[in-house]
Amino acid sequence: MEKSLARYIWDHTRPQQLFILLIVALSMIPYYMAFDLPKQIVNGPIQGTGFEQPGNTQLFMPIAFDLPFFGHVELFAGLPLERMPSLLALSLTFLVLVIINGLFKYFINTYKGRLGERLLRRIRYELVDRILRFPPRYFKHIKAGEVSSMVKDEVEPLGGFTADAFVQPALLGGQALTALVFIFIQHFWLGFIAFAMAAIQVGIIPRMRRRLIELGRERQLTARQLAGRVAEIVDGIGTIHAYDTSNYERADIAARLGRIFKIRYDIYQWKFLVKFLNNFLAQLTPFLFYCIGGYLTIVGKLDVGQLVAVINAYKELPGPLKELIDWELVRQDVQVKYEQVVEQFEADEMIAPEIQAIDAGNEPVLHHPLSTTNLLVDDDIGGRALEHVTVKIAPGETVAIIGTAASGGDRLAEALARVVWPAGGKVTAGDDDLFALPEAVTGRRISYASPEAYFFHGSLKDNLLYGLKHAPIEPAAYKGQAADQRKWDVLEARRSGNPDFDLNGNWIDLATLNANGKDGLFGAMMAVLDVVELSDDVLQLALHSSIAVNNDPDVAAQIVEMRHDLREELDRRDLNNLIVPFRDNEYNTEAPVAENLFFGMMPDPKASTKAIVKTPYFRNIMRESGLGTALFEMGKAIAESTVELFKDLPPDHPFFEQLTFMRAEEIPTYQHLLQKLRHNAAPSEEDRIALIKLSFFYVEPRHRFGVLDEKLMRKIVEVRHQFHANLPVELQAHIERYNPDAYLTSGTLVDNIVFGKLNHRFSDAISKLREIGGELLAKRPELYRALMALGLESNIGAGGRRLNNLQRLKLGLARALIRRSDYYIFNRAFSGVDHHLQEHIVEAALAFLAKSGDNPAVVWVLSNTPLAKHFKRVLAFDGGSLVEDGTYDTIVESGTVYKQLIA
Amino acid sequence: MILNDEVQMLRRVPLFSGIDAGKLKLLAFASDRVSYREGQELFHQGDEGDAAYVVLSGVVDVYKEGPSGDEKIASTGSCSVVGEIAILCGTTRNATVKASTVVEALRIRKDCFLKVLSSCPRSMAETMRVMGERLATAH
Repeated sequence: MEKSLARYIWDHTRPQQLFILLIVALSMIPYYMAFDLPKQIVNGPIQGTGFEQPGNTQLFMPIAFDLPFFGHVELFAGLPLERMPSLLALSLTFLVLVIINGLFKYFINTYKGRLGERLLRRIRYELVDRILRFPPRYFKHIKAGEVSSMVKDEVEPLGGFTADAFVQPALLGGQALTALVFIFIQHFWLGFIAFAMAAIQVGIIPRMRRRLIELGRERQLTARQLAGRVAEIVDGIGTIHAYDTSNYERADIAARLGRIFKIRYDIYQWKFLVKFLNNFLAQLTPFLFYCIGGYLTIVGKLDVGQLVAVINAYKELPGPLKELIDWELVRQDVQVKYEQVVEQFEADEMIAPEIQAIDAGNEPVLHHPLSTTNLLVDDDIGGRALEHVTVKIAPGETVAIIGTAASGGDRLAEALARVVWPAGGKVTAGDDDLFALPEAVTGRRISYASPEAYFFHGSLKDNLLYGLKHAPIEPAAYKGQAADQRKWDVLEARRSGNPDFDLNGNWIDLATLNANGKDGLFGAMMAVLDVVELSDDVLQLALHSSIAVNNDPDVAAQIVEMRHDLREELDRRDLNNLIVPFRDNEYNTEAPVAENLFFGMMPDPKASTKAIVKTPYFRNIMRESGLGTALFEMGKAIAESTVELFKDLPPDHPFFEQLTFMRAEEIPTYQHLLQKLRHNAAPSEEDRIALIKLSFFYVEPRHRFGVLDEKLMRKIVEVRHQFHANLPVELQAHIERYNPDAYLTSGTLVDNIVFGKLNHRFSDAISKLREIGGELLAKRPELYRALMALGLESNIGAGGRRLNNLQRLKLGLARALIRRSDYYIFNRAFSGVDHHLQEHIVEAALAFLAKSGDNPAVVWVLSNTPLAKHFKRVLAFDGGSLVEDGTYDTIVESGTVYKQLIA
Repeated sequence: MILNDEVQMLRRVPLFSGIDAGKLKLLAFASDRVSYREGQELFHQGDEGDAAYVVLSGVVDVYKEGPSGDEKIASTGSCSVVGEIAILCGTTRNATVKASTVVEALRIRKDCFLKVLSSCPRSMAETMRVMGERLATAH
């Protein structure tokens, strides 16, 4: 990148800078006219000069001037006007000038702003572009947080400066020069004094500010490091908790903040010292004028008029001068910032832009075979990870790489996938150097998966299809406003040197899908999810999500049908006691009292319950129906039993875990409350609520205190109907009444299918229901598809962290399998997974790829050696060298590595 | 059946005979009431032992793996305890227990079970007696 910011700005904005200079120059005309006009108004119509006699007229706006060679030119003779009309015309002219000046200012400011923003966009894009082109090695010693803070924050002031880079000095310099020249004309020596002082100011102040700039640089560095550390804390939060090092991190952050504070404080001290000096120098000049000028006047070498004119003219000087100095300061500051950033974004061996050139053709050809010759790979601490490896892999081969963890096999896989760069030797595809080929070839014809695979924040689907998004192959269809917006986007992108690839276009070419995407994109996704055994997880994700009925009326309807199917099936199998369904006129024994009373799904049960019980509507019903009193008595009985059971236990006793409706430390409170009630004290409102609240949690078959009888259950059902009969509008958002024929939006899909409470007495209820649910779903392929589609839309969080490790590994493999490639390289893609599952998936993946019809080669670095039996050829690595290479049988029988690994 | 009835049942279990009613009630409260259909397994031989069961009603059969498949070695009914060995010894289940009728039982989790037993010397003695008996019959 260009080292000098001024050069960079000039190179990219030359025509605009010249244009804005011109506009600024033009804007000076009305600006000075507006200065002159008040004098004319005051002297002319107001004071009456030229209107001494009634009926006198003055010419309004004569446009005439003398030109050399042409003589007198008269464009407009002027309009003769009397005093009052003249006042009006001049005032209106003033108003017009004010408006014109305002418009000029508005235009110049927006134009400058836009110019700056475009340049900022360009710089940011260029920086990210460079990140994408850094050699892989580079990423081992940079912190993500620091880099992102550079792209985001550190270049920000550059945009603001861009617009002023050339206009400001020209304008201010011009103003300052004019004032100086005027003073010189008045009196040479006084002009000289003003000039000398200005020179001192312009010379010394920026010099003094150099220290400020240095401090600014330090501030920038420390702030960037802080950003890096904060990002590290976020990434490493698990480790911090696990090792109780949070206070070490606190100390580190506090130390950094302390350093930043010190630097910033230093900056303030310097800044205001410089300001003081600057002000002092600016005020010193008038002192000299008064003193020397006064002396000269007194001795008669200067007349008073001249002195006053000089002092007046001097008033115009410090303003532009100060701004000019400020501008210089900003310039130095942003120049430093720019240099700092550019320095960080320089790297040797930057990947050439051509290698990453976009290619929507999707017919890249990779020559065969993929081979290495004397390949050397260094590790990051100066050792050699791979020594002189020469190997050839032909299409259709299945190759297992075996060896211990650091034996070099994984490095070979990385080199073949272009993830690490060789220190010597060659990786070639046919006769082409792999590292000189465009990524459009290697990144498509070779698919690579390893446990380090990164997942991007987004949906499961976005991540699964990530490896297919090479280039937009079809632009999105835009209509009306969207089309205009798109046009604007393209134009602006080009103006800032950004690419105009359409993010909303279709980036997925079905031809790049494995098996050519015969069943479409969805079919391909289903197929690979099955291969890696991730389908069930996706289904579970869907079932535990909720949908808006309006968006998916079909799914909602089918879910309600599933609900009925499930009941029928359970009846048929005589298992209907696994679920206690919600029925309008029945008390659900497995549900707590509160749920029986409210009888509806709540989007946020805790908050909604709180909101409902506060309303006078609910309180009235409780009071009038007498249920409040009954539940109070019930709560009292629960409290008595509980206190009796637990009063002698220490608070950390394991039995307290079973006590869900009361905390250990609340026992004495309730004990006290019960005592008070026993002495016939009237319960306070608060006590009543506390005891009724206890009853709300009660589930008879679970707690078994025998405090809930048939009569009370009937009463609760009765009140339930009353509660729903006139439910006020403001409560309707909090609760959705159970209705066996309606989809309940507040619940998840699984809540909607089960539509009842699991009977907790049957420990196998969940597994049984899953089994039956699976069978029922198999009969509804459409719903299954819809659910899978829904599951695929689930967000997997930053870095895929919402998935567990196994799910991430599976997704990583699926992401490679869905691509149509000539070579599939799996680098310990399943290390740490149990052997049985590994074998299952390796077999399924090999079968899937063999079926695809492209005859691809598969190279699999195995973490589980015996799985080599599924491959035709085995490469055995030891100590960074390829020690054995042969068919599976020969390696097992005559090789030594296999035996060592198995032993 | 409410807590108090369960306590009455627990009192009839020899292992708990020395424990006072208050503790037993607490034990009952801390346990889960579970039901099994005919033929359903309470636990399987070789599984981790996480709970003991007190049969409240119905009959359970005890099976051991033998050379010719599972062999039924015992059958027991209400007020008996099954599954306590694995908890006391910290081993895996040494037998499979299945419900041979509809069974109601109390499922007592490991930590609760041990906590209650350890608070009562008579139960400890009783436990040792039962263990000895089982060992004698096992070998």
